[in-house]
Amino acid sequence: MTALAAALRSGDPGRTAPRHGVGGLAGTGALVRLALRRDRVVLPVWLLGVAGLAASFAAMTSTGFDTPEELATEAALMASTPAVRMTGLMSGGTLGGYAMARGYVTLAVLAGLMSVFAVVRHTRQNEELGRAELVGAAVVGRYAGLAAAVLVTIAANVLLIPLVAAADVVGGLPGDGAWTAGAAVAVVGLSFAGVAAVTAQLSPSTRAASGLAGATLGVAFVLSGVGNMLGSTDASGDVRSAWPAWLSPIGWGQQMRAYDTDLWWPALLGLALLAALLGVAAVLIRRRDVGRGLLAERRGRAGAGRSLASPLALTFRLQRPVLVGWCVAMVAFGALFGALGDQVVRGDETTTAWYEQMGGTEQVAAAFRTSMLLMVGMAVAAYTIQVLLRMRGEEAEGRLEAVLAAGVTRVRWALGNGAVAVGGTALLMVVFAVAMGATAGDAVGDVVALCGAGLVHAAAPVVLGAVVVAVVGLVPRLATTAGWGTLLAAVLLGPLFGPDLGAPGWLQRFSPFTSVPKVPAVDVAAGPLLALAAVAVGLGVVGVVALRRRDLRLPS
Amino acid sequence: MTAAIQARGLVKTFGTVRALDGLELTVEAGQVHGFLGPNGAGKTTTIRVLLGLLRADGGRVELLGGDPWRDAADLHRRLAYVPGDVHLWPNLTGGEVIDLLGRLRGGLDPRRRAELLERFQLDPTKKCRTYSKGNRQKVALVAALASDVDLYLLDEPTSGLDPLMEQVFQDVVAERLDAGRTVLLSSHILAEVEALCDRVTIVRSGRVVESGTLDQLRHLTRTDVVVRTGRPLPGLELVGVHDVRLSGTRAEFAVDPGRLTDVLAHLLPYDVLDLVCSPPTLEELFRRHYDNGAHPASGPADAGPAQVLVTAGAR
Repeated sequence: MTALAAALRSGDPGRTAPRHGVGGLAGTGALVRLALRRDRVVLPVWLLGVAGLAASFAAMTSTGFDTPEELATEAALMASTPAVRMTGLMSGGTLGGYAMARGYVTLAVLAGLMSVFAVVRHTRQNEELGRAELVGAAVVGRYAGLAAAVLVTIAANVLLIPLVAAADVVGGLPGDGAWTAGAAVAVVGLSFAGVAAVTAQLSPSTRAASGLAGATLGVAFVLSGVGNMLGSTDASGDVRSAWPAWLSPIGWGQQMRAYDTDLWWPALLGLALLAALLGVAAVLIRRRDVGRGLLAERRGRAGAGRSLASPLALTFRLQRPVLVGWCVAMVAFGALFGALGDQVVRGDETTTAWYEQMGGTEQVAAAFRTSMLLMVGMAVAAYTIQVLLRMRGEEAEGRLEAVLAAGVTRVRWALGNGAVAVGGTALLMVVFAVAMGATAGDAVGDVVALCGAGLVHAAAPVVLGAVVVAVVGLVPRLATTAGWGTLLAAVLLGPLFGPDLGAPGWLQRFSPFTSVPKVPAVDVAAGPLLALAAVAVGLGVVGVVALRRRDLRLPS
Repeated sequence: MTAAIQARGLVKTFGTVRALDGLELTVEAGQVHGFLGPNGAGKTTTIRVLLGLLRADGGRVELLGGDPWRDAADLHRRLAYVPGDVHLWPNLTGGEVIDLLGRLRGGLDPRRRAELLERFQLDPTKKCRTYSKGNRQKVALVAALASDVDLYLLDEPTSGLDPLMEQVFQDVVAERLDAGRTVLLSSHILAEVEALCDRVTIVRSGRVVESGTLDQLRHLTRTDVVVRTGRPLPGLELVGVHDVRLSGTRAEFAVDPGRLTDVLAHLLPYDVLDLVCSPPTLEELFRRHYDNGAHPASGPADAGPAQVLVTAGAR
């Protein structure tokens, strides 16, 4: 915060400052109260959700092992399997260390998202919707909006430290190290408060500001994962991460090694990043107009291209930038995992056990690919849900009105959205499969087969997308919450966490990730695939029928 | 003449709020019909019911001979709509939006499109997020008016336009009328209504309070009278006389439509020195109905829906 204050004070003294308050920060107090009032439900839900999840991870660990030997074996497996290191860093063979290795990245990503949404909600969204103009005309300094958003977000992250620590203790982990665990989660939240403060200045749209910060979070995840994968295991069984892990806030949190050596200094890297990014954001604010981004608006076409003539084409046009961004990410992920494949096949005995569990086969190479397709399917589900939630946005923000008043039926409009979502999901899985197969040096026929496997795995995201369509039709108000909540539940109940969280088998089967056939490790089973398709079609039909029957929820 | 729009006893509730409460609306084909009422009176809700975006809870609606809920998409190919609050896709240009909406409806006339862009002075190459309120409104207007359709539904289409553009709008609507098209125009701008509309419907709290031609409606409003007499007036307790302010030989009062003859007969014995009668203005008409409760709607309006009003007043 001191850096922010310094950056703010040093900034253009020539501008007229209001008579009271601290110049550019005047009105911050009132805006903080406004933000707290608006977030009185959202932030507590986020905080308690993250804490609840931390408690589940802790409980899953503390009740999961009968003997210390069992824990030691499992910990050694976690440390020695590169693909597992992608999603968690094993430090110390303790219960707490194991819980961190399994759960930390999920908690960190959630903390990061909480910060991104909170900062963008109180900065760029206010500008896009014109509220900032109304507020800015009062005695409110140039930086007050950002300062209030960042202060509230920092407070939320600071609260996360005792909450996560308490959750760990409640979950049965030892008290020593719980504070470090909480701080490691908060470091990521604080860092991404800074990232969102900058992205909110760059683009004039809320969606792009959140998207850019979210993409940065994805890069941070990949950097920490790759750093851990490329690292080495030392004599005591701990992983020594390679340098990419040190470029990522998630990596810093992991290097705090809670429940092991409990280092606090990596947290300073996060605080330094926050301070630096707030400084950058303050400079950017000074250089741009309210309501605009940093990049000047270019002119566009005077008329629509020949193809922009249907609701499908409109949806595709609106979603194109999102799809392109995801394609780039899929190429990068695919190439990375393809290159790793070799290493896995040549890996030691213990690593194979994990792939066998995930992939359901003893063919390590096939099991590895299956587990990767499964995990990418979980990521791509975020795309599917993002695309279909746009239906709700178009309706609530009033743009749907003009389309439906121009001779388009609701069914045709919904089908256009569905087609873009399903087509995009399939495309992303194929892009990933091609990139993975090509980098692994597969023959053409094998790449084609891998694409087929990727399409099978697309079934799970499509089912989750159908849930979104159903909710948009039935209870549009809850669409966003239900959409992301369903994804989180499906991931937690799926093969990655479900068995270890002790969820009963029937409950795990609610997750489409559990039901999706484990190709290419095992042969495609038509039954489960048809069942998933039937569920998706059923939910989609329910949603479309409900949409046809209800009033539109338009802005008044 | 056939009716382009016929709504009978429309009811629409949102939770406990009764947005439409037995609304009646008839728009004859080939006319411009003004649709007036204070904010929150139910104008936009009515138009959204006519578009099939909302479903009426009660009553019957017929639009261009069809059911707007059931046949929404088919009917929409024959109408064009300008919403009161125009929301556009921020990353599409104005030109793209105009083409898109036109094509969804089944194509628009490129010559009319170019002509309207010129007349409304709209730059179609700018991204929608950079347009001002008035320019967003122009995008919606060009998209709607460039289509050759039977019916135009315009919901406060000129809010945000400058006076020059307001004039262009009136010219374009007049041309559409000459071409035999029908327009339902919701508006607050009285000059616009007087210039364009053949008939007017005034709504309040989801009900019609007045409906008829402008001339008919004018006759519904009290005439203001100021009179000076040679001998002091003892009082003016007559049927149809309101708001009397009397000071000796000078009196000010308002007279219900059709009662002026009686009042004059009453005044004559007191030696009328001068007399000023102010005919009702459209503005007063609106003020009476917009201003909730200040003048409880008098006789004719209370008696029920539109048709009754036509009987009031002689020309």
